[in-house]
Amino acid sequence: MKKLTFSLVIAALVALPSLTYAREVTFSTVMKNYRGEGAYVALYLVDANGNYQQTLWVAGEKTKYYKHLSGWAMGSKLTAAEYDGHTGASVLSSKTLTVTVDIADEMIDAGYEVRVDTAVEDQRDNRSDAAVKLTTDGVGKTVAGRGYVQSLSYMFKP
Amino acid sequence: MLRQLHSLSGLIAGMFLIILSITAVILSLNPALERAGAVPHATGQISVAELAGKVAQHFQGVEQIERKASGRILVYYTHDNQVGIDFVDPRTGQAIAPYQQSASVRWIKSLHRSLLLDTTGRAIVGIIALIMVILTLSGVMLLATRLGGYSKLLLPVRGTLSQRLHLELSRIAVVGLFISALTGTYLCATTFGLITANQQSDPELPAVLAAGLPSAINTLWALQATDINNLRELVYPYPDDSAGMYSLTTDQGTGYVDQVSGAWLSYQANNVSHTIYEFIYMLHTGEGLWWLGILLGLTVLTVPIIAITGVIIWWTRLAAKPKLTVNSSPNSADSVILVGSESNSTWGFAKALHDSLVKTGHCVHTAPMNQLAKQYPSAKRLFMLTSTYGDGDAPASANQFLSRLTKVSQQPTFAYAVLGFGDRQYPHFCGFAKNVEDACIAKGWKQLLPLETIDRQSPQEFARWGAMLSKAIAVELTLVYTPVRPKTTQLELVERINYGTEVQSPTAVLRFKTPENARKLNIASRLLHRNSLPHFEAGDLVGIFPPNSDVPRFYSLASASKDGILEICVRLQHNGLCSNFLHKLPIGNAIEAFIQANPSFRPSSGKKPVVLIGAGSGIGPLVGFIRNNKGHHPMHLYWGGRCPQSDFLYETELNTYLKDKRLTELNAVFSHDEKHSYVQDKISLDADELRKLIENGAQILVCGGRNMASSVMTALNDIIAPLGMDVATLKAQGRYREDVY
Repeated sequence: MKKLTFSLVIAALVALPSLTYAREVTFSTVMKNYRGEGAYVALYLVDANGNYQQTLWVAGEKTKYYKHLSGWAMGSKLTAAEYDGHTGASVLSSKTLTVTVDIADEMIDAGYEVRVDTAVEDQRDNRSDAAVKLTTDGVGKTVAGRGYVQSLSYMFKP
Repeated sequence: MLRQLHSLSGLIAGMFLIILSITAVILSLNPALERAGAVPHATGQISVAELAGKVAQHFQGVEQIERKASGRILVYYTHDNQVGIDFVDPRTGQAIAPYQQSASVRWIKSLHRSLLLDTTGRAIVGIIALIMVILTLSGVMLLATRLGGYSKLLLPVRGTLSQRLHLELSRIAVVGLFISALTGTYLCATTFGLITANQQSDPELPAVLAAGLPSAINTLWALQATDINNLRELVYPYPDDSAGMYSLTTDQGTGYVDQVSGAWLSYQANNVSHTIYEFIYMLHTGEGLWWLGILLGLTVLTVPIIAITGVIIWWTRLAAKPKLTVNSSPNSADSVILVGSESNSTWGFAKALHDSLVKTGHCVHTAPMNQLAKQYPSAKRLFMLTSTYGDGDAPASANQFLSRLTKVSQQPTFAYAVLGFGDRQYPHFCGFAKNVEDACIAKGWKQLLPLETIDRQSPQEFARWGAMLSKAIAVELTLVYTPVRPKTTQLELVERINYGTEVQSPTAVLRFKTPENARKLNIASRLLHRNSLPHFEAGDLVGIFPPNSDVPRFYSLASASKDGILEICVRLQHNGLCSNFLHKLPIGNAIEAFIQANPSFRPSSGKKPVVLIGAGSGIGPLVGFIRNNKGHHPMHLYWGGRCPQSDFLYETELNTYLKDKRLTELNAVFSHDEKHSYVQDKISLDADELRKLIENGAQILVCGGRNMASSVMTALNDIIAPLGMDVATLKAQGRYREDVY
């Protein structure tokens, strides 16, 4: 009996953060005027060691081009279950991609990072075009991209 | 049916094809330009490891090395948070220049692939490419029908300027256009997943990596074993990523390379469908095969001209189609007229018959022969008016007639009559009309009138047939075929040179220009053609209306519009209305005239010798051909006049042409001098030389009176009999043409 109670407490402790303390985070990715077709963009989470954790969003509808988002492709292994329900249209030059996702509290201020891979037809692919650590202090600050991304920023829902 | 398919496809796709072809021509230059900038290096000289090691000496933060199909090496890098792409020299790893794809090339490529309309545009472009495939195939079939078979596809083609441009250019470009269109269709089909050719599984992501620190890139043996000529791209792992690996793509496949051990972690060879896809991609773009790119680009250059001339040909044919007023249904009509026509000229005659029957109270149904119905319940008579196409084939509007006829099983209530239209100069004169007649006889149909033929649209012969028809059906019909009076142009006589008055053969060379006031009025045509003459070539006909007459007289043109004058050579005919009018016309006065193309009578393109034979004023078009022989092809002139002192037409000009080699040989003979020689005599005298010329593929053009022409033909028949040929053979090959009157 005692053993069972202990197990339940442990289970609740493990489950609780993800169940109860998740936060809505809105990411804004502003594209440069890069002159070209619509960009494919992948937003994904990596842990402090750079290991892939979770797909946040993939912009671009043709899956056959996904391999050009190479950092994300290597991490997600391009399994459909990883991105199902998290895809949308490609992002045109100078436009802003805004996505809102639930992120577990334990991933904030814990060294986790959001990376953005980009690819445009006939132009270079950018692994980790922009990357930003998920911290409470980082809210509202913009990070510059180095490829097609002008800037990346995020807000927490109050 | 085939023609309709071809016309419809062309009309739908025309505008798009012009856009696609112009962009294609520009893009086709790229592979050659890129190649020119590549640094050549032989296989086995440099490995990918060696290259990467050298690159590392000059670049920091390298992310990727790519080898373009042209052989140029690109290095992608990030330094101080700035991305860059540079061309490097594969021998030193040093940067040559930054890589920057020009915005205009990118724009043109996007226009070519998607008309700047993204997915919708890509679908349109794909459909246009498919239509282009249909156009090339149907075009080849149409050309084969026109020339009388696939073995004759390379024979010279004749026609109006538009027709010749359309056919000659298509014939040169067709293979290239077919390759471009078919590969384009394929690429587009793969984009939309209609063909799953480009799909191949990626190499497995390795689960176990070698432990340790990353080795120097030039020591990785998988990279050492790959020659840079086989390299497509090498993608580096993130710096300081212990779980990272190299991704290496070569001409043969793709795989991952361990950054510690340098071994292949996994590898996926290209499958066959991927290899096919890459081959087709190369064919279409010329990337990696620059000379093919240039070649295809050149053939595609013809597309705008082919498209525009195609529309002109279609429009001319459409405009020539007459509009019938009272056309009864096939079920109610007592008289049925079926028309077989290629260029619509037979429709004019059908309309005359139609109108005449309607006027006498008949219910008439007129339709193309291809619309032959299974039965005409009320019909008492069926007329079939048809021309012939090529070697006795059916014209366009009758090409399914014979097969439809076999499906008619009922014995009809009507009697039939076939009327053939053609040109006696051609070997299969009214060949198709004869086939139709034979088929009707075989069916056991009742004949109203036996087969009759009309030579060269003669209104007189047509009226004569009308008289026979009137008698046969006991109805007074008057068949008046009046060619629609063409739109005429005013031309002003500017020069007249008289010959032959002393030998009772007054002949004048007349030169016309557009009147000054008309030239000033018509600014648009002044901009288009400087001299504002309608377009014509030597050998075409000018129709001139003499005063108070609606019947034009035709004269062969001795000049081309680009010469800036309209020139004819007219002999005064006793009681000739028009020749008298022209001979008395004062300088500065104007005539009403129009041009009728006569495309069959002119030298065919090519370097084969041309023999020009004529007498009297028949020299006109022949001089025109010589004058425009700027390519100095061998031209031999045989001409007969009366007296060298009086009617040696164009004597000075011809001597000039001899000197500047536009004319190879001048054989002028005269009937009133001491030799009393006619042109056919001179031909017989030169038998050996002429036989040799004909053996070498010479073309013969004869212009003049009918008697002269038939004497010439007899003489030539004797000359070429030893070759096992006669003039009919030459005619069938398109090498003997007459313009006789």
